[in-house]
Amino acid sequence: MKKILIVDDEPNIIMALEYALKKKSYLVYIARDGDEAIRLADENLPDLVVLDIMMPKVDGYEVLRHLKSESPIKDSIKVVFISAKNKEDDIEQGLSLGADNYLTKPFSIKKLLNEIETQLEN
Amino acid sequence: MSKLALILIILAYLGVLFLIAYWAEKNHTSKWVNHPVIYALSLAVYCSAWTYYGSVGMAARSGVEFLTIYIGPIIAAPLWIFLMRKIIQLSKLYNISSIADFISLRYGNNRSLGAIVTLVCAASIIPYISLQLKAISETFEIVTTSTIGIEGNSVLTDSTFYIAIILAVFASFFGTLSLDASKNRKGVMFSVAFESVLKLFFFLIIGVYVSFYLFDGTTDLYAKASTEIDLQKLSTINTDYGGINWYFTIVLSFLAIFLLPRQFQTSVVEYTNRKQLKTAIWLFPLYLLLFNVFVIFIAWGGLLLLGDEVNADYFTLLIPMSFGHNWLSILVFLGGLSAVISMVVVSTLALSTMLSNNLIIPYGFIKTFSENKSSQNEKTIKTIRRISVFVLIILAYLLYSSFNPEISLFSIGLISFLIIAQLAPSFFIGMFWNRGSSLGAKYGLLAGCFVVIYTYLAPFFTENIFDYSSFASQGPMQINALKPYALFGVDFLNPVNHSLYWSLFVNLSFYLIFSIVKKGDYRERNYGEMFVNSEEVAQMKETAYVWKGEAYVEDIQNILVKFIGENRAQKAIRIFRKRYQVDPNERLADGRFINFAEKLLTGAVGSASAKILIGNVAKEKPVSLIEVLKILEENKEAISESKTLQEKSEQLLKLTNKLKMVNQELKIQDQLKDDFLDTVAHELKTPITSIKASCEVLLEDEDMPADIQEQFLNNINHDTDRLTILINDILDLEKLSSGRDEMNFQTNSLSACIQEAIEGVQSIANKKQVSINWKSTSKLKLKFDYNKMIQVFTNVLSNALKFVEEGKGKIDISVTEDEEFYFCSFSDNGKGIPEEDLQLIFKKFYQSKNQMLKKPTGSGFGLAICKQIVDLHEGEIFAISKLQKGAEIIIKLPHNHEN
Repeated sequence: MKKILIVDDEPNIIMALEYALKKKSYLVYIARDGDEAIRLADENLPDLVVLDIMMPKVDGYEVLRHLKSESPIKDSIKVVFISAKNKEDDIEQGLSLGADNYLTKPFSIKKLLNEIETQLEN
Repeated sequence: MSKLALILIILAYLGVLFLIAYWAEKNHTSKWVNHPVIYALSLAVYCSAWTYYGSVGMAARSGVEFLTIYIGPIIAAPLWIFLMRKIIQLSKLYNISSIADFISLRYGNNRSLGAIVTLVCAASIIPYISLQLKAISETFEIVTTSTIGIEGNSVLTDSTFYIAIILAVFASFFGTLSLDASKNRKGVMFSVAFESVLKLFFFLIIGVYVSFYLFDGTTDLYAKASTEIDLQKLSTINTDYGGINWYFTIVLSFLAIFLLPRQFQTSVVEYTNRKQLKTAIWLFPLYLLLFNVFVIFIAWGGLLLLGDEVNADYFTLLIPMSFGHNWLSILVFLGGLSAVISMVVVSTLALSTMLSNNLIIPYGFIKTFSENKSSQNEKTIKTIRRISVFVLIILAYLLYSSFNPEISLFSIGLISFLIIAQLAPSFFIGMFWNRGSSLGAKYGLLAGCFVVIYTYLAPFFTENIFDYSSFASQGPMQINALKPYALFGVDFLNPVNHSLYWSLFVNLSFYLIFSIVKKGDYRERNYGEMFVNSEEVAQMKETAYVWKGEAYVEDIQNILVKFIGENRAQKAIRIFRKRYQVDPNERLADGRFINFAEKLLTGAVGSASAKILIGNVAKEKPVSLIEVLKILEENKEAISESKTLQEKSEQLLKLTNKLKMVNQELKIQDQLKDDFLDTVAHELKTPITSIKASCEVLLEDEDMPADIQEQFLNNINHDTDRLTILINDILDLEKLSSGRDEMNFQTNSLSACIQEAIEGVQSIANKKQVSINWKSTSKLKLKFDYNKMIQVFTNVLSNALKFVEEGKGKIDISVTEDEEFYFCSFSDNGKGIPEEDLQLIFKKFYQSKNQMLKKPTGSGFGLAICKQIVDLHEGEIFAISKLQKGAEIIIKLPHNHEN
């Protein structure tokens, strides 16, 4: 079973995502801020992280940096950003920092699920 | 005092002067050397031995008449602001190094005019230098109580000769350090200033000595003098025509202060900055006044003590000697020596420049120079100047040695003034009348000199040297109207003034008549215009000069290299090209370049030679007078146009700066707006994302259990509420900050308002089991917007309710007041506000980072809206840190506000 970590500070979004992912029989972990995300990732070694950018304290960029360069699974982990920041520059920045994809909010759950699937196949 | 001892003292003194000049030359940039006082003191070179000794003699013989010589310069001093400024401006503009250059350039670099002016100056100054040498020689005799001079002995035993030679060495060494004669000679000027101090100091000492030591003050002197001497004669203007004589002598000295070569040297050539003129205007007249304070008393004292048997010129030496105070005589002697040295050095310096640049080079060496190399030329020019210095001093010495000892210092001084005054018409009028021509100047000058010779020199010399008095007293061939001292029956003036009157009259008439009858050529007119319009020309620089013809830059450059050296020439040309943005590859020279090159050469070889040198390589075409006038006229217009343009561009610059600032401000505002919109978008997207996700999940999964379905639907409902609040808040805030939301200020009770806000949130408080404690103490009447303040209080209370713990929460409200404000405090026992957030919470979209798990409902605009409302009340809202015990928000409202 593939492990997925959802990171967002918005409980209602998390709830919908969690439900949809569990339905697809992923093992789901939930973090509500950057600190928690790093802790949970290091503990549970997820295969993929769905990561919000704008969060209090430690933001998504910082979490990504940790995941892709410091965490034990830095070479295999996939990261998909989900963010309300939808400008070209924002997307480019997110990808250039090493994210595997970038979905802008509001996003379609279906599209996200497809994306997760593709990423995990690679 | 023995001869030898005095000679040693003189030598020591000269040594000191050498050292001072050497030091100043070495430290020519020092503050002391360049001090404006030095400039003012160097002008006192005016006070020569004639002043030092002659004034007393004059005062003893004919009373206060000696003062006239000083009144002229004192009257002239204020005029300097205007007149001297113009002279200096022109001289600096054209690298003028002498009065001969000045006059010759004004009349179109006229070679023969420059030569005539030089000769006139030499004729005026050489006797004057002789006079100085005579003074040295005679005072030396008096102090050593011996006879010197060359009668009976050879030149070689005459100490004066050696002193003259030392002076020549001094002048030639320090005067020709720089090739460019228009450059400053700091060393010489500093030593002259030093000597000016010495001569005044020693003269004042002898004055005090006579008035207060030998007599009981000036009153005592006057009392004694009035009984024993014919004071009537000595203290008033005594003849019927005395007033007119006074007037003429004043005019004479007034002219001399501008025209004497040594004065031109110190005041114009050595001028470096504006401060100097400002200082000189008061300091120089003051110096002259101080110099004359004791003259009359020394004269009376001398007459009372020594009688009129001895030479009154030397009372200052004879009085202390007769009382055995030889040391005092030596001081006086040194003062006199100072006066002599400074006069002789500066005069020969100025004259040697004139001789070399206006006579010897243009008439003899110019051809050789154009063929030689630059280093050779520099050497030759300097040698010419040095030799000129020696020749001048030797000439003066020879003249001195043939002097009749009977001739007083004062009369020779006046001859000198008389001759130099002949330069006045061409010099002064030329600066203000553009029609003045070189022909007029030449004829005027020659005619004036002839009149001086006829009415003064001829009778003076026939009488005094040849003892032949009938020419003077009866006129040639006994024609009454031609009597030299009373030409055409003008017999009421003394000989000097009589001569001055007639010579200037004839000089001026010739100048005017010839200038009007025969127009000068275009070149003269060009310079005429440039001199008259010096202010404009100073701005136009080289463009004021009209020149047509063909010349190559390379040829002119070669000449410049030959005369001012490779380095200076290259540098000058670079500056020129930069100033006018001339293409370095341009081979043809234009008028500006010609003028520029001429100026550079003028400093080195004088204006006349400069013209000849440039003329050798440039094929000049005549320019019509109309062209000259037109170009000047056009340039004047261009200047005034460029002035208005400049003013306009200054205005534009100011506007641009303003626009820049406004633009900057707009940019900041724009950025803030962008940030705001970004945040709004983000805040809107969050609930929308949540709604969309929930909907998708609901749609996709038809088998979803009912309780979960309900939860998603609840979430959607909750998120739409959030959206509504958010949109309302955004609109509120926008209305408040744009000022479209008008405040409704009414006098009302603040406590009632707070009470109403509490009632609004009471149900939530009850649900959360939070106690709100509020005791209204008084009615707290003030003018405010009731509904808006309810919004504020409600918001603050809602925030507090959000952050307090369920069941344990407590909110305390209190209102205090001082003379100006009410302070409404809302204090809770929630989790408080971190220090770093105290300011931030009133910014739009702030939501505490510590909200953690359960995100409270709120747009993040709440406190920002509160701040806007309180601001509109001219109040303040702020948070106080009390991290341990919760948060405290203070709302400060003024008792009275302007709105």
